[in-house]
Amino acid sequence: MKEKLVMIGNGMAGMRTIEELLKIAPDMYDITVFGDEPYGNYNRILLSPVLAGEKTIDDIMLNTIEWYEENNVKLHAGKRVTEINRISRTVTSEDGTVEDYDRLLIATGSQPFIIPVPGHDKEGVIAFRDIKDVDTMLDATRNYQHATVIGGGLLGLEAANGMMQHGMKVTVVHLGDTLMERQMDTVSGKMLKNSLEEKGMDFRMEAQTAEISGNGRVTGIKFADGTSIDTDLVVMAVGIRPNMQLAQQSGLHCERGIVVNDTMQTYDPRIYSVGECVQHRGNTYGLVAPLFEMAKVCANHLAQMGIGLYEGSVTSTKLKVTGIDLFSAGDFIGDNNTEEMVMQDATSGLYKKLVLKNNQLIGAVLYGDTKEGAWYFQLMRSGQDISDIRDKLLFGESHLGDSGHGGDHVAAMSDDAEICGCNGICKGDIVQAITKKGLFTLDEVRAHTKASASCGSCTGLVEQILESTLGSDYETPESKPMCKCTDHSHEQVREAIRKQHLTSIKDVRRALNWKTVDGCPSCRMSLNYYVQSAWHNEAQDDPQSRFINERAHANIQKNGKYSVIPRMWGGMTTPDELRAIANVAEKYEIKDVHLTGGQRIGLYGVEKEVLPEIWKDLNAAGMVSGHAYGKALRTVKTCVGKQWCRFGTQDSTALGIKLEEMTWASWMPHKFKLAVSGCPRNCAEATIKDFGVVCVDSGYELHIGGNGGIKVRATDLLCNVATEAEVMEYCGAFIQFYREDAHYLERTAPWVERVGFSRIEETVVKDEAKRKHYYERFLEAQKIAQVDPWQERATGGVAPHEFASIKIANV
Amino acid sequence: MSNWIEVGQLEEIPQQGARVVKTNDFNIAVFRTVNDEVFAVKDECPHKQGQLSQGIVHDKKVTCPLHNWTISLESGEALGPDEGCTNVFIAKVEGGMVTIDLG
Repeated sequence: MKEKLVMIGNGMAGMRTIEELLKIAPDMYDITVFGDEPYGNYNRILLSPVLAGEKTIDDIMLNTIEWYEENNVKLHAGKRVTEINRISRTVTSEDGTVEDYDRLLIATGSQPFIIPVPGHDKEGVIAFRDIKDVDTMLDATRNYQHATVIGGGLLGLEAANGMMQHGMKVTVVHLGDTLMERQMDTVSGKMLKNSLEEKGMDFRMEAQTAEISGNGRVTGIKFADGTSIDTDLVVMAVGIRPNMQLAQQSGLHCERGIVVNDTMQTYDPRIYSVGECVQHRGNTYGLVAPLFEMAKVCANHLAQMGIGLYEGSVTSTKLKVTGIDLFSAGDFIGDNNTEEMVMQDATSGLYKKLVLKNNQLIGAVLYGDTKEGAWYFQLMRSGQDISDIRDKLLFGESHLGDSGHGGDHVAAMSDDAEICGCNGICKGDIVQAITKKGLFTLDEVRAHTKASASCGSCTGLVEQILESTLGSDYETPESKPMCKCTDHSHEQVREAIRKQHLTSIKDVRRALNWKTVDGCPSCRMSLNYYVQSAWHNEAQDDPQSRFINERAHANIQKNGKYSVIPRMWGGMTTPDELRAIANVAEKYEIKDVHLTGGQRIGLYGVEKEVLPEIWKDLNAAGMVSGHAYGKALRTVKTCVGKQWCRFGTQDSTALGIKLEEMTWASWMPHKFKLAVSGCPRNCAEATIKDFGVVCVDSGYELHIGGNGGIKVRATDLLCNVATEAEVMEYCGAFIQFYREDAHYLERTAPWVERVGFSRIEETVVKDEAKRKHYYERFLEAQKIAQVDPWQERATGGVAPHEFASIKIANV
Repeated sequence: MSNWIEVGQLEEIPQQGARVVKTNDFNIAVFRTVNDEVFAVKDECPHKQGQLSQGIVHDKKVTCPLHNWTISLESGEALGPDEGCTNVFIAKVEGGMVTIDLG
């Protein structure tokens, strides 16, 4: 017998909980939903664009009536629940419908506050909350001239803008002297008011409404100072009040909202509550992103995977008025213990204010140019130390040495502008998917459109599109879980592996309560790397948790054939090696022989079955695997250095070979490239490598964190050293620190930016004991790792099943 | 009509892995899950014909090595928002021997 879950309220937070629950425990409950409105669930935050005529109601439906049928969720649409009986565990609706529950979820949301001035109940006085209100406003735009919005907050301004789009004359009445004072400081509030006035909006600031006049229908407003205006419609947008009467009547503890704990349970543990109706740790919320975080935690607890806790949210806001870009988040006012950074250009209409405390960003207001909003918000939520980027912080992420994406402003892009170059996805495709399919997160956009799902370089742009389409209400997870199989972040998992001495993927899944049977490709590959990185003496490699390229020690090509790239130490080769490669190419009829960017020769189009034979031939000529297929040390690129070059200052080739001999066959979080240039002319392009050495007359410059791929990033200069022995030590220590600290699939460039250059400098340069510790750990791990995987498979009898078919059936 | 053929011993297929059966017309990928269930599907991803046998096997699913589509081993259908389907063959294990029905 399944338990019965009843939900009161068919809105976004509640339905998000149901959807999360169906994802993780689809068969656990019989689910019944009561909703006031006669519709399925729609995206309330997109009502403003509907009012402005930019979207239709159909565009913003999240769960249609059919969805409920398909998912076996019983929907009582248009039925208001009037009683909860906690003793008999039943709920009753207006029309007498009774449902039993084992667990109850109250998601009754909030209602707009109507100022109780005389005349507030006249015809033509409405709020802005649901589809009905939008219809009333749209009717008014056809039949009347003048509308007044009371309340110059986010919602009020969106309503005013919407009606103005339809040709109405709109006045906004505001009690305070700054518009949107919960989101804006005085300066940006003034700028906003100016832009809206230019668009034709009228304002009555510091005006207190005393009475709404009219005979039956509203005709005007009288203010406390005795002045008055004429109007045909009044929209009150002065705030919301949690809907908690039902909960109160049933004896649940309520204060400003229904009081819940960190697992979203009320004082009656059978009864949960999420959304705008709750009060959590003293706060109530009116934006969607925190509601979704609550939904996730609540669904987890209902599914009896009680590990998630809701610990409150930092929220951000963006005004959805076309043509006005405004963003605010966190504590943007500050106090005696905070610092401010301000940039203001009145002529261009730009304003940026950042509030800092203890080297962390805690608040931001942006006006005129909000493309950095997502980045600032991310910095705020991660609590990253910003000392290293302080001088560039105000200018934004695109000024952090990134010459790739980032300079563009998505809001200004046309719908056919290509965002994701890997998959050919345009801005319009993404916007349409977000609105039509009701997407809220980066993951959802990736799943539905593939945008940013390949190389990931357009992730920032996709996040900006999400933000500009949904306003403030898209989700940015606080600490990102490793994957959908767990709520733990990469850091938490790595720490558990170290502290709890977990040496296999299975142990990790068991110790950390993985949600899936045996993980997914993403966590399996990460965990396989993490356990071996932490316990290189004890952990066994799991080939089934490696991507095919690393399992077969060759790169799979689009037609299922493979490539073979032998190692050429420091980019040097010999006539014998070249002859062996030529022989192999002829013997196995390999058509394409290509020179790689890392100074190697690649053979393309090889059948998997013959790989071991080819490797055997190459081994016989003294060549080993080049690891061109792995998240591993790839190549050490060199120039000829002082051996031949008239400018060379050191023997860069010999040093490159030594470095490659030390580092080859080491597994990494991502691919890893080295280079050694013989002089500052830098022919080996060492300053776009993960670790680059530039020889100078006095010794060696060591550079880190460069990347020549997706996002070009020049290296940071780590330090100068005098001897080759020091180069080896710093290189080994840097690699080992990266291996033990970075997330799986994080290259050194983003890693350096995430953890900060100074942390790496502290560890590898300033602290000799730490450097020596990491260097020794690297050498120790390399003793086990440095075995040629090709030889093991060509003659050593390792994994023969990988390369042969199990049966050839003559049918 | 059924046309059962013997593939090989269960032990010859790695857990969370696959082996390939070649026929005259196409290849069949035979999978063994973490719980020792076996499944057989045509070795072609409905997206761009990637070899599913080379993918990572998790639960009763495989993720294609070319573009990360995830295919149900039970139904042969692409999961999530992706749409497409590859042929499924009935597979079973008896006395340690894996057999599949070529139909």
